[in-house]
Amino acid sequence: MKLMKLTLAAALLSATTLGAQASELRIALQSDADVLDPDQSRTFVGRIVYTALCDKLVDITPDLEIIPQLATEWSFSEDGKQLTMKLRDDVVFHDGTPFDAEAVAANIDRSQNFEESRRKSELSSITGVEVLGSHEIRLDLADADATLMAQLADRAGMMVSPTAATKAGVEFGLNPVCSGPYKFKERVAQDRIVLEKFADYYNADEYHFDTVSYLPIPDTTVRLANLQSGDIDMLERLAATDLAQAEGDAGIQVASAVSLGYQGITFNVGNGDKADNPWGKDNRLRQALSLSLDRDAINQVVFNGAFAAGNQPFPPTSPWYSKDFPVPARDIEHAKALLAETGFPDGIDLEVQVPNTTIPLQLMQVVQSMASEAGIRISLVSKEFATLLSDQTAGDYTASQIGWSGRIDPDGNIHQFMTTDAGINDSKYSNPEVDTLLNTARTSNNQQTRKESYNAARAILNEDAPIVYLYHETWIWALDSAISGFTPYPDGMIRLKGMKKEEG
Amino acid sequence: MLSFILRRVVIAIPTIILISIFVFTLQKLLPGDPVLAMAGEERDPQVLEFLREKYRLNDPIPVQYLTWIGNALTGDLGISLRTNQPVLELIAQKLPVTIQLATMAMVFAMLIGIPAGIFSAIKKGTVVDYIANVVALSGLSIPNFWLGIMLILLVSVKWKLLPASGYVPLSEDPIRSITVMIMPAFVLGTALAATLMRHTRSAMLSVLSSDYVRTARAKGLVERRVILKHAFRNALTPIVTLTALLFGELIAGAVLTEQIFTIPGFGKLVVDAVFNRDYAVVQGIVLVTAVGFIFMNLLADVAYVLLNPRLRKQ
Repeated sequence: MKLMKLTLAAALLSATTLGAQASELRIALQSDADVLDPDQSRTFVGRIVYTALCDKLVDITPDLEIIPQLATEWSFSEDGKQLTMKLRDDVVFHDGTPFDAEAVAANIDRSQNFEESRRKSELSSITGVEVLGSHEIRLDLADADATLMAQLADRAGMMVSPTAATKAGVEFGLNPVCSGPYKFKERVAQDRIVLEKFADYYNADEYHFDTVSYLPIPDTTVRLANLQSGDIDMLERLAATDLAQAEGDAGIQVASAVSLGYQGITFNVGNGDKADNPWGKDNRLRQALSLSLDRDAINQVVFNGAFAAGNQPFPPTSPWYSKDFPVPARDIEHAKALLAETGFPDGIDLEVQVPNTTIPLQLMQVVQSMASEAGIRISLVSKEFATLLSDQTAGDYTASQIGWSGRIDPDGNIHQFMTTDAGINDSKYSNPEVDTLLNTARTSNNQQTRKESYNAARAILNEDAPIVYLYHETWIWALDSAISGFTPYPDGMIRLKGMKKEEG
Repeated sequence: MLSFILRRVVIAIPTIILISIFVFTLQKLLPGDPVLAMAGEERDPQVLEFLREKYRLNDPIPVQYLTWIGNALTGDLGISLRTNQPVLELIAQKLPVTIQLATMAMVFAMLIGIPAGIFSAIKKGTVVDYIANVVALSGLSIPNFWLGIMLILLVSVKWKLLPASGYVPLSEDPIRSITVMIMPAFVLGTALAATLMRHTRSAMLSVLSSDYVRTARAKGLVERRVILKHAFRNALTPIVTLTALLFGELIAGAVLTEQIFTIPGFGKLVVDAVFNRDYAVVQGIVLVTAVGFIFMNLLADVAYVLLNPRLRKQ
């Protein structure tokens, strides 16, 4: 009898616990995702959706260590040219297709050879794929590639169902089929992307919501208002200026992590005729601009101190940050002296193009006012982002306020910007020494060698200053206080594992 | 009658062609490369070139136009460069949303504007009239976006009465669908309510001073009957015309309102498409809007002819 009572009590208890947990999670995103195909996708918010939808070969920890996800273990050969991976054997895609080494091979082939694929350059080091067993695979590389594991921890490592991909072709993104904890349910453009729990997920017990909805709400005030009114459960990218308001609300909790990216001013030093001006030719002027700025004050004024001041492509908290070049203190006299030295004792004009949105404009107005005290007269040309990007790529600019969302591996923040003829080196900076150092860092699997190469490159780049770095954004999430188990990651993703919401 | 309609349709064709050419060219004059805008941070030159070829962006503009209009004639408006969704499907998804918003806003505008106009006309020169005028003027001068944000903060965040933003289809949950739409419809409707109120007031004033109203009063009719049966009925004609005209404005005003309240409608679709240089979507929307407008005008013309027999002979 007692046993029966206990059982009954336990059953009731578990029933109430179950009932008390919300089965739906609504997340507000800053913008709408683009096409939902990991191989074609380009947006940051798209990656947030994939975190629940598409598992990757490997994942990262908040400290950016690579950890297993679909691959359980891996090792590089002595020369770094072969990567052997063992795979989970209990995984199926959302359409029932089993996940195995053949599927991985098909995915790598798709990322490399599918015409629409944006992942080609990320996996360009892979020259061959060898299926060693049903759940073991070897990737052959042209050269050692220190960035490969980080690529496999992002979209290039996301595994889509080969059956569905072959069938849907370019249209895969309309109905994506992966192997993540949640599967695609529906999408209404600019309104919502809804995922539902995938019952056959190997680790389904760790995921506590039946459905997850991603709602694009571009206006930050409206995003926060929705959270405060209880229409959503969490939001990403809370504006730094709204932080105090969110923290003052008892129903809201705030989490943050310094991002992997940066914001700065890129100079045109060799991109067409427009580079032929004092700012493009004389690095001392660019140094003078850098010295005229108080980066901490910028952070305080524009971002309420919530972001991180910076002067390198990696935030000061990153292990890759070179400690030999700390964030410089403001030194107006030194800046003026540099101006005089370059033949501009009475000051000099500088035109900077800037995106026509609130934050960049505020930022540049503060920069403008600080620089003017050193005799640098900045005029701002605000452009709508698509135009700004076109002009920048075409070399039709002197200086441009732009940033980078950041990559897990340090290479992603520097190589493609600072090496000769690299894909997005819009400043067309070229220095053989920097090329050698950055290529060494890219092809070495030895952390020490990489660190030394980056430090040496920093010494040169600090002098040449083709990009004047300003700050690093902090990802700020605001969540309903009933939510537990959320861990902030520097990549800005929302990992749902272990997250719960207690109904109040 | 049939020949009248046919004539109108034939006249409409060159208009549509002209509009489509105009928009197509105008769009190509916009600075900013669509493929680059689409690429965002991943600007792999090889892929960009492939996409330019795929979407035929390297063709001369007249060739691009002919390809597009040729496909459009067969009902294929292309696919969104950004999400790969067919443009026609996007439009079909968004149009009902905006129509619902515009209709609700119109109902608000009429419910507020017309009674306020009548009252202020009857009570001309009194406090009621002044208050109504001040309210109407504020309705016209308060910017939509400000009113929207204030309402969200007050009604949703503070009082938690209505959802702050978003959209639920009528078919899914009619009550919630209308609840979500109340604030945006109110915001969109206020400016119109003000215009309606001013027009109702002046129409009523002119009617109230006419002879037949005096006669009605002389017959000893109750004031309520005089105003609603005799005066208002006659004042209604210009008001109805105005209301029809305002409907077009409503669709345009929806662009801003949809941005504030994050309503996935027609306005939001076109704004986002322009920013993303999603050419196919912009062109599709303009074409559909132009055809829709011409169709509405045609309907209006037909209605006039039906209502006014004198026009039939012309």
